[in-house]
Amino acid sequence: MRQALTATNDFVIKFANVNGSGSASANELFARSILRMGVPVSPRNIFPSNIQGLPTWYEVRVSEDGYLGRRGGIDMIVAMNPETWAQDVAEVAPGGYLFYDSTRPLAPNAFRDDLTTIGVPLTAICNATYSDPRQRQLFKNIIYVGALSVLLDIDSAVIETLFGEQYKGKEALIESNVQALRLGREWAADNLEPGICGLKVAARDKVGDRIFVEGNAAAALGCVYGGATVCAWYPITPSSSLAEAFASYCKRYRHDPDTGEARYAVVQAEDELASIGMVIGAGWNGARAFTSTSGPGISLMTEFIGLAYFAEIPAVIINVQRGGPSTGMPTRTQQADLLACAYASNGDTKHVLLFPEDPKECFDFSAAALDLADRLQTPVFVMTDLDIGMNHRMCRPFEWDDTRRMDRGKVMTAEDLEAGREFGRYLDVDGDGIPYRTLPGSHPSKGAFFTRGTTKNRYARYSEEGADYIENMERLLRKFDTAKALVPQPAVRAAAKPTRYGVLYFGSTSPSMTEALDRLEADGLHVDAMRLRAFPFPDAVRDFILAHDTVFVVEQNRDGQLRNMMTTELGIDPARLVAVLHYDGTPITANFILGAIRGGLAQYQIVPLERAVS
Amino acid sequence: MTYITKPKLHHPSLRKNSVGLTRRDYEGRISTLCAGCGHDSISATIVQACYELAIEPHRVAKLSGIGCSSKAPTYFLGNSHGFNTVHGRMPSVLTGASLANRELIYMGVSGDGDSASIGLGQFAHVMRRGVNLVYIVMNNGVYGLTKGQFSATADKGSVAKKGAVNNDAGIDLASLAILMGATFVARSFSGDKHQLVPLIKAAINHPGAAILDVISPCVAFNNHKGSTRSYDYVREHNEALNRLDFITGRDPIEAEYDPGSSVAIEQPDGSTIRLAKIAADYDPSDKAAALAHIQEKERDGEVATGLLYLDARPRDLHANLRTVRAPLNSLDEPDLCPGSAVLKEINAGLR
Repeated sequence: MRQALTATNDFVIKFANVNGSGSASANELFARSILRMGVPVSPRNIFPSNIQGLPTWYEVRVSEDGYLGRRGGIDMIVAMNPETWAQDVAEVAPGGYLFYDSTRPLAPNAFRDDLTTIGVPLTAICNATYSDPRQRQLFKNIIYVGALSVLLDIDSAVIETLFGEQYKGKEALIESNVQALRLGREWAADNLEPGICGLKVAARDKVGDRIFVEGNAAAALGCVYGGATVCAWYPITPSSSLAEAFASYCKRYRHDPDTGEARYAVVQAEDELASIGMVIGAGWNGARAFTSTSGPGISLMTEFIGLAYFAEIPAVIINVQRGGPSTGMPTRTQQADLLACAYASNGDTKHVLLFPEDPKECFDFSAAALDLADRLQTPVFVMTDLDIGMNHRMCRPFEWDDTRRMDRGKVMTAEDLEAGREFGRYLDVDGDGIPYRTLPGSHPSKGAFFTRGTTKNRYARYSEEGADYIENMERLLRKFDTAKALVPQPAVRAAAKPTRYGVLYFGSTSPSMTEALDRLEADGLHVDAMRLRAFPFPDAVRDFILAHDTVFVVEQNRDGQLRNMMTTELGIDPARLVAVLHYDGTPITANFILGAIRGGLAQYQIVPLERAVS
Repeated sequence: MTYITKPKLHHPSLRKNSVGLTRRDYEGRISTLCAGCGHDSISATIVQACYELAIEPHRVAKLSGIGCSSKAPTYFLGNSHGFNTVHGRMPSVLTGASLANRELIYMGVSGDGDSASIGLGQFAHVMRRGVNLVYIVMNNGVYGLTKGQFSATADKGSVAKKGAVNNDAGIDLASLAILMGATFVARSFSGDKHQLVPLIKAAINHPGAAILDVISPCVAFNNHKGSTRSYDYVREHNEALNRLDFITGRDPIEAEYDPGSSVAIEQPDGSTIRLAKIAADYDPSDKAAALAHIQEKERDGEVATGLLYLDARPRDLHANLRTVRAPLNSLDEPDLCPGSAVLKEINAGLR
């Protein structure tokens, strides 16, 4: 028997369940209870494209150091799904723990010698306590949370408090859940050898004021705060919960207190073509509008995106990326829609992309995207992904400045027109490439124009003149250049010492990158890091790359899409950019990044200082 | 393409409506469609209807898809904002526009290719959502801008100018609209302004999804030789006709006929379509009877025209969503942003 793993506040526990068995809320309760003890956790749903019956997993990383990326490797498996038993047991690190329902005996070869096996007769306890089959199923999950709380030293009072909050006003539910929790705790206390589990949770104060929220809910809230009034969407994993969260926040905060009437409109469209069409129609007519979707939806929206670019209509598209191409991996994560979004449409286009790293930035960037779309009169993409969107993530609390005003951009009012200001829909009055627009219905005789996806002159008249076309296309480039200064700027983390090596990354790679950078630094390997937060790339990105001999470009796709954009958009020599690509659908890990960067540095004979001198 | 600026000068004796505008104030640019195109006749009836209703042109938004019909909005209501969207997707853009500002009048202009072929899905869904609009299909059964291919409303058995035979069933947009939940469904003919102007006026006043399927002969490409509505067939039944006002050449085709009667319209290529106007005592409120009436006329080789179906008390999309009276695009921070205090509460609930 190998030495059993011991760790306090630093381990990974994975729950293997059957989809639709009610495990999700129990597992979330488990994660939340640790968070309430002041210890950072990062849970991840690993779920099938299925509603009921298929295997589903919930992986909880407990990290006192606050590392929220996927760690990789499992220290304890809660094996509740016989169908995946073999693969689940095989995945546990040597010396780890196997927690299972011991009601029915299993053949000895179902176990591993190098794991500590902890059997709790969950089904037997349930059957002895409950007669209703539904209750037996649901409370089985709570009972294992109870047993685990004893094994891991999780404070039961914390869990009971959580029940109280979750079922506020439903006393019977609180009571029955507390009872199930205690059943599990009592059985474990009475029957399990004390000290059998070397993994422990100890209360700390490492969470602070941080919140625990899914990126999709955060983005939805950002749209509420940013003043979106029209949301048109079509259900698609992993974005559906975003539009639903928007509707639910609006239900709460956007109804007239007197009349009950809605200050928003949510329409579930017949497809993604219609959802983006509605967003564009609303944007054309001066309402802030957005849609949320994922890769296949973007493919369908592409023609309309070209129209919005060329006719210059504000639109916000939140793309919760999943594995592509085609239907791809609907329930897995990737960052593989960069090119599809940056250049969506036939013809020459470039679109603004924002890359949030976590729910906090989902909130911030969604609100910002609504301003940017109005200011730039163009589609703006918020490029989140499944890893951020559909998992609870600990992040800084949301903030809002009450003096902030919506930037409605260059809209010429009836007063402006009446005052005799010249109106040419595509006239570059200010030299920033952004023209003025008028909204339908503004003025009886001035400012009306025809919006079209065909070429036109500065006064919105149909034109097939080459000169008109080129002038317009050049102005659109100027406008895109203007966007550089308006989008969120990159965040730089400089290495402790000057270095010729850099790394570029973005989006959900962030927590794993932070961990990897800490470990590189601890190893004496110095790498400057830049986190991109938007396209177009501000000049600082080019400067950063040129300040280093070699820059690792870390992304979660096969083809190095960001790296491609660096070479085409910034004219960077591809030899300077080393692709670090992770694209199996699981979130990238610090170990993966470390392996790639260490390997890359070794190639350049870069070794840690300590090792070099020893 | 030619763009001739129309003279803005009006004859001082032109009659003004109650908002002080003449009929000319409702016109648009000079049409670039073929001379004699039925679509121009429809544009003229839209001008007439808006003038008679004394609508302020800037309170109308004109939206269209792609095709000959979709070019038409340039040729009426020059002081209205217009939006030539993408092929077959005007309904969704119009829906979004309507959500943004419920106070404007939304006029969707489309063709048979735009609505029945590429855009059938959006056509159906805009009807079932009850968007408050006037949806005008300029229906000629043919793709004009790409030179004469069949559209989905072409008769089964029609022969195209280049000899191809249409073996696919034609889509009847009026029946489809009724089935999809449109609350005002009418059909007319581009040359019958006496029928069309009142129908457009009624459609504008209808507070829900109103569709007008307007048969509009294509002077360039429509060819119905060999169709079930052939010229010979109609000529044999000539005595049944009420009145025929048919002008050859490139002048617009016009037709006026009485309620309850039918008329044969010869198309520019010699083919014929028979229109049957609903009788004065026709009850448009009965959905099943309306569908049956369309089917019966089709069986008899005729196309039913008039206000075929009406639900006089529709609930539109805004009513279903219970949106505020004020246009959504007019709402500001106090109406929309819950503020930092609420956000603090939300944060507290997420710990």
